[in-house]
Amino acid sequence: MSLQDVMATADIAARRRAGVMAGLVALVVLLMLLSLGIGAVRLSPLAVIDALFGGGSDVAQVIVREIRLPRVILGFAIGAVLGLSGAALQGLLRNPLASPSLFGAPQAAAFGAVLVISLGLADVRSWALPTAAIVAAFASVFVLLAIAGRNAGLLILILAGLAISSLAGAATALVMNLSSNPYVALEIAFWLLGSLEDRSFRHVLLALPFIVAGAIILLSQRNAFRALSLGEETAQSLGVDVGLLRLLVITGVALGVGGAVAVSGTIGFVGLVAPHLMRPLIGHDPARLLVPSALTGAALLLAADIAVRIIPSTSDIKVGVLTSIIGVPFFLYLIMRERRALGGGVA
Amino acid sequence: MTGFLTAQGVNVRLSGRVVLRDISLALPAGHLVALVGPNGAGKTTLLRALAGLVPSDGAIMVDGDALSSLGLRERARRFAYLPQGHIVHWPLPACDIVALGRYPHGATDPARLTPKDADAVLRAMQATDVVDFAARRVTELSGGERSRVALARVLAVEAQVVLADEPTSSLDPRHQIDVMKTLRSAADRGTLVMVVTHDLGLAARFADTVMVLSEGRLVSQGAPREALSEQVMADVFRVSAFRADYQREAVIVPWAEI
Repeated sequence: MSLQDVMATADIAARRRAGVMAGLVALVVLLMLLSLGIGAVRLSPLAVIDALFGGGSDVAQVIVREIRLPRVILGFAIGAVLGLSGAALQGLLRNPLASPSLFGAPQAAAFGAVLVISLGLADVRSWALPTAAIVAAFASVFVLLAIAGRNAGLLILILAGLAISSLAGAATALVMNLSSNPYVALEIAFWLLGSLEDRSFRHVLLALPFIVAGAIILLSQRNAFRALSLGEETAQSLGVDVGLLRLLVITGVALGVGGAVAVSGTIGFVGLVAPHLMRPLIGHDPARLLVPSALTGAALLLAADIAVRIIPSTSDIKVGVLTSIIGVPFFLYLIMRERRALGGGVA
Repeated sequence: MTGFLTAQGVNVRLSGRVVLRDISLALPAGHLVALVGPNGAGKTTLLRALAGLVPSDGAIMVDGDALSSLGLRERARRFAYLPQGHIVHWPLPACDIVALGRYPHGATDPARLTPKDADAVLRAMQATDVVDFAARRVTELSGGERSRVALARVLAVEAQVVLADEPTSSLDPRHQIDVMKTLRSAADRGTLVMVVTHDLGLAARFADTVMVLSEGRLVSQGAPREALSEQVMADVFRVSAFRADYQREAVIVPWAEI
């Protein structure tokens, strides 16, 4: 093989990545239009576009722009930041099973949020809810990485994540247990399931700044993840400040996941699944996986949020329940696939 | 002491244990230095300390600048570090791995190299003869091929100092000689190359200077024949050695335990 062949191979790979990206963008746009059209009043994608840009009836405009648009924006942003967080954590830890939900970050964020709700401090206009969720998510990821140390094996990460998510779940249960008002407990229980229903632009305003900030932080570090493929010590020798990188990734994931959980409750497994769907198409380069994983996460959550509205059922299915029901079997499949490596004492 | 790379009274403690004691050295540019010593003598730690990867006290100077005064990027441009084992956590194409050698120069994306960076990558790939499989994933390569890719990554930095930790371990004899010759020619072009090795034969044949570490101290240094004298072989390695000259190079083969 000559140098020209090497460059040609790289060109083909680059073209394929661009094609996949274009396909993902088209898919996300299509899902957003579908999502805007689905509900009590069904609208065709063309009617949706019309209403978005000020045409059609007043009723259609209100339905699309004020009732459904916030939900779609949140679906996109939350799905994207979850996919991005998963890809970033997998890059940081060089481990394909890393993800925010396996590490207890959403559960911890939910505990922070539940605490604020039960204390009566949560107002949709106040920053208390996202702040508490972000602080709790930061603490959980920080503790996890502190336990894991520099070269943690998979076993330690998963066990520590299990412990942290169990602790956060227990703390949440305690808050509900102690709440004097049964309606508050019920409200919390439903909120925990994770949903995008009945969200308004106030919710968008509450979550979006944090999600955007987290995403910017994670994306700004993308090339460091590639250097980290060679291990922490080599990355350091190439000029990557690994300690700073860890802190930035923890902060980015906490801002993104905390902001998301504050308005949607816990939505699990999007962050685990999205990078895996992209690896066969994009390759394993952790830097190149970030944006496609974000778009895939957005597509997954938008699709799940459409599905909960069209699956016939007597009461509402929460979108967080659906993502977990799809995500956990996928996780089991990944464990099956990695069984040999896991059995071989990766830890 | 004068030299391109100097260390003065360097001590390193790792989790409370003193690993290196009072290391002083002065090495000129264009030398191939072999760092030898028994297991646990502190060879890898010395390499890491010189690269600034573990904290040390004492003064380390490179090309007239104190190591502590250099930023992370500048340090990375001056020192190329090849760790043991050639770990790659993701199945990336070999050419992307080599291109990571340009990371300290600001080329953080292998798909967007400047002509200067692309030239450096190409030179490194040619010097190590990895162009043939540059488009393949590193996970699909044999051990020997992988170690050459790792070496190419280090050469692509075009650093003033190359620090290589056991670059020949687990290679067959032909590849061991290949790797040492590649490092030798890098030294001949003016790079200071420091190689940790357990292979005293390779050290004696290819190095200008051999440094012997024992229990965290530098106990002997100089040209191979003197640094690896019968006395040192007996005291440090507790072996006797077969000694000879062949094609004007020193031949030292550990022979029997003492």
